[in-house]
Amino acid sequence: MGFLTYLINGLSLGSVYAIIALGYTMVYGIAKMLNFAHGDVIMIGAYLVFMCTSNAGMPAIVSIVIAMGCCTILGMIIEKIAYAPLRKATNLAVLITAIGVSYFLQNMALLIFGSNPVSFTSVIPWEGLSFAGGQLKITGNALITIVVCLVIMVVLMWFVKNTKPGQAMRAVSEDRDAAVLMGINVNATISLTFAIGSGLAAIAGALLCSSYPSLTPYTGSMPGIKAFTAAVFGGIGSIPGALIGGLLLGIIEILAKAYISSQLADAIVFAVLIIVLLVKPTGILGKQIKEKV
Amino acid sequence: MKKKALSLALCAAMAASLFVGCGNKGAEGSENVDTSGELTWRIGGIGPVTGGAAQYGQGVKNAIQLAVDEVNEAGGINGYNISFNFQDDEADPQKAVNAYNTLKDWGMQILEGTVTSGACAAVSNETYADRIFQITPSASSTTVTEGHDNTFQICFSDPNQGTVSADYIADNKLGTKIGVIYDSSDPYSSGVYQNFAAEAQAKGLEIVAAEAFTADSKTDFTTQLQKCKDKDADLLFLPFYYTEGSIVLTQADKMGYAPTMFGVDGFDGLLGVENFDVSLAEGVYLLTPFAADAEDEATKSFVSKYKEQFGDTPNQFAADAYDGIYILKEAIEAANLTPEASNEEICDALVAGIQNVDYNGLTGDNMTWNDLGEVSKAPKAVIIKDGGYVSAE
Amino acid sequence: MKKINKLALFANKSNQRLFTTILVILVLYVLMTILDGTGNLSSLMKGLLVPVCAYSLVAVGLNLCVGYLGELSLGHAGFMCVGAFSSAFFSKAFVGIIPDVPRFILSLLIGTALAALFGFLIAIPVLRLSGDYLAIVTLAFGEIIKNVINVLYVGVDSQGLHFSMKDMMSLGMEPGGKIIINGAQGVTGTPRQSTFTISVVLLLLAIVITYNFVNSRTGRAVKAIRDNQIAAETVGLPITKYKLIAFTLSAAIAGVGGVLYAHNISSLTATTNTFGYNMSIMILVYVVLGGIGSFSGSIIAATILTLLPEMLRGLSNYRMLIYSVVLIMLMLFNWAPGILKWREAHGIKNFKSILKSKNTKEVQ
Repeated sequence: MGFLTYLINGLSLGSVYAIIALGYTMVYGIAKMLNFAHGDVIMIGAYLVFMCTSNAGMPAIVSIVIAMGCCTILGMIIEKIAYAPLRKATNLAVLITAIGVSYFLQNMALLIFGSNPVSFTSVIPWEGLSFAGGQLKITGNALITIVVCLVIMVVLMWFVKNTKPGQAMRAVSEDRDAAVLMGINVNATISLTFAIGSGLAAIAGALLCSSYPSLTPYTGSMPGIKAFTAAVFGGIGSIPGALIGGLLLGIIEILAKAYISSQLADAIVFAVLIIVLLVKPTGILGKQIKEKV
Repeated sequence: MKKKALSLALCAAMAASLFVGCGNKGAEGSENVDTSGELTWRIGGIGPVTGGAAQYGQGVKNAIQLAVDEVNEAGGINGYNISFNFQDDEADPQKAVNAYNTLKDWGMQILEGTVTSGACAAVSNETYADRIFQITPSASSTTVTEGHDNTFQICFSDPNQGTVSADYIADNKLGTKIGVIYDSSDPYSSGVYQNFAAEAQAKGLEIVAAEAFTADSKTDFTTQLQKCKDKDADLLFLPFYYTEGSIVLTQADKMGYAPTMFGVDGFDGLLGVENFDVSLAEGVYLLTPFAADAEDEATKSFVSKYKEQFGDTPNQFAADAYDGIYILKEAIEAANLTPEASNEEICDALVAGIQNVDYNGLTGDNMTWNDLGEVSKAPKAVIIKDGGYVSAE
Repeated sequence: MKKINKLALFANKSNQRLFTTILVILVLYVLMTILDGTGNLSSLMKGLLVPVCAYSLVAVGLNLCVGYLGELSLGHAGFMCVGAFSSAFFSKAFVGIIPDVPRFILSLLIGTALAALFGFLIAIPVLRLSGDYLAIVTLAFGEIIKNVINVLYVGVDSQGLHFSMKDMMSLGMEPGGKIIINGAQGVTGTPRQSTFTISVVLLLLAIVITYNFVNSRTGRAVKAIRDNQIAAETVGLPITKYKLIAFTLSAAIAGVGGVLYAHNISSLTATTNTFGYNMSIMILVYVVLGGIGSFSGSIIAATILTLLPEMLRGLSNYRMLIYSVVLIMLMLFNWAPGILKWREAHGIKNFKSILKSKNTKEVQ
């Protein structure tokens, strides 16, 4: 029974990582950049949801929609101001700018929302399921998080495969110069990617803080790094890869804590990651790009 | 060579920003620099107001400001006003030393800080070498005071907290099987845990589970809680801060696990977390010297003033910091010092003087200090009932 | 004939740059020493001299890896951590047993050697990967190092050394034994021996070594591998060997930075900000801002970005916000193609070296 509980907790944690990792992986796939500010957009999204539900008394679903809208706009503004001018520079330069944006968002939030933590009311009021006479409990948060994560992934995959903008994304990701020649508006496509990624960040923020209900201006940075790890784990640039990477990372983290050592859990997670990458150098679902001579 | 122009331009930009900073100083109010050239006490403060520990430093900064304003209004210390300057250290030892040096350049005579243990240990080494008197509101590790005769603590030290907690649990038979969850990457948390474990062993308490978390994974406690639950722990000892504390309580509640929860002074502030469902904290024990809803005049006036000025409920960090200024006042008055004295004279006089101080403040009655720098005040075990603290005795 | 001339010219130019860098550092050193001697240096500046050198060293080390090996490492804070903790451990354990000067030299050697060893061991698996996968694995190693040090307890008593990965009690120490590494509380009371002079000497040494390295036969091979690994392989260069050498040297220099850092602060703890990914990323910021492949640039950037938040202290609450804005603006100013074009048009050409470094392989 213990093992099942741990597994479910791991799935729940992993689903949160997976949703965040989706944001990383989409942006990486299309813009070829690591958006280190993604975790902080999540934090902003969570604060927006909090303000709408707890301060303005709106229903959870409305709050999330509002937060998604705001985060989408925020993501596009960040992209236009900080990343777009560096589109033709080395990817490392954009990476550093993203770190700058991350600092900016954290400190902005610190000034606006203050440093005291707020306790986030779960957006999922459902208590959850109980099996075997209360021995095994699956919380509503865990279930909904897993379901939402799956739904988002399926929708995203459908979107990328079957819609015009989605196809444009794939084209840009495959070969940016060729995409331009085909008449694809690369700037608009990248903007769209950031918009979707940031919109997802709002959902991720709400779900993250529903399960782990303490919100501070620094809430996003650590899950951000973990999700980045998850995205690479699964093969960065791949949407199902983000899901698998996120889930595995969550499960390994929980099981390592439960069965090996809670002190060394972080080290164990990273050690597994290293081993997987050594066996499969481009992540679990990553594409092996052959180098041309 | 070509880089030089770049660096020159940047230096110019930096100098410019420095001037901007100077311009802001007056408006900021936190830097009560005396412009009239009058002699004042220059008291510095250091703590994190940005970064992950910002909530603890911000409270200290606000409370010291409050106390300084009050003292100045009432005529200062020995007739001299206090100038107060607070610098950010992001809870990082190196940045704390930088902050300390900034304050030294400002002409600091006495330091009230720093807030966190790791940073404080680095700074207390500096104050010791420079002979500047230091009193810390909340850095509880023994490394802060060890070998430094000029450093004093207002909060309980780690050994004190760990030992007193174990004694209290044993004496009152609060639990037989004890689970511990602690932050193994935090000096404060692991320090308290170690002392608790040692004393628990001596008192014959059984620790059935000791589970750690780290700064990198401090959101998910379900596993640690589950392990404690599986071992049938009927009391959880939780030596960490209230930010994580609120998560632990929520997650334990979701799991349907309800052992006796026992926190230390870091748990204080729990009830002040915005939007926190205080019913979750029902029955939580904690060792704290301060209760924001205590009925005595001093606490009431402090809490209402703090709320009015800064908008939220002060926690124990703030209360300790507020006491700090009055403790300094009492010690300075007893030693009959004036700001004309050199730092070393002030330091030596206060080191001797503070050991004769018997102070009644927000965080305890009859507070006294020994030559190790540790405070002696009765740690009050309180229990949370109906959203407020009730003395557990 | 022509080719040889060109090569000689290249060597001359790079030598010139090396001499300029050394000269500037020496002038600054003399200036700072005079200011200090005459009491004109503020305590803040005085306190920052050694940290600036330490960060510069780590940045130089990382630049060797990013700029010349062409691989992005997010784990250099880990090597710094190894250097810092091993040397601090040695210094504290032998305080009063070995006299100050030889002890510091020994601890410097030990810190450097251990960082190099870790670099070497980590490089063996890591260098099989490339790009972001390599970056994430270095980040992972850095985090593992930090995590392990946080649960490492080492004490010494008359029985010898005691180790534990659990807690202090399980060390089984005799009363009166000395705890040297106390888990998360780290090492306290390391003798303070990093002086500005030592730091500058080490920094100059590191610069001379790296300059010579990148212009040596091995260095040229490393650059060839960076620019085109397959071509380098076909002409018969032992890829792994050269990569290992460069990575190990890079880690060793980071370790020296760690030794300086550890002997300048009495409370050595391994947190996210001091030796975790935040620090690794900060060092990467120095490297990229200063110009990939430019050692002097790394030093300038490390200096500016260490001083900047301190200079901004007057801004109080807005300090870190303004810092982040300045960082973003600096990056745009230094890297954005549009701005670079504009600058060229207006004759602001003092960024040639940065433009040049664009020619180096793009690292993802």
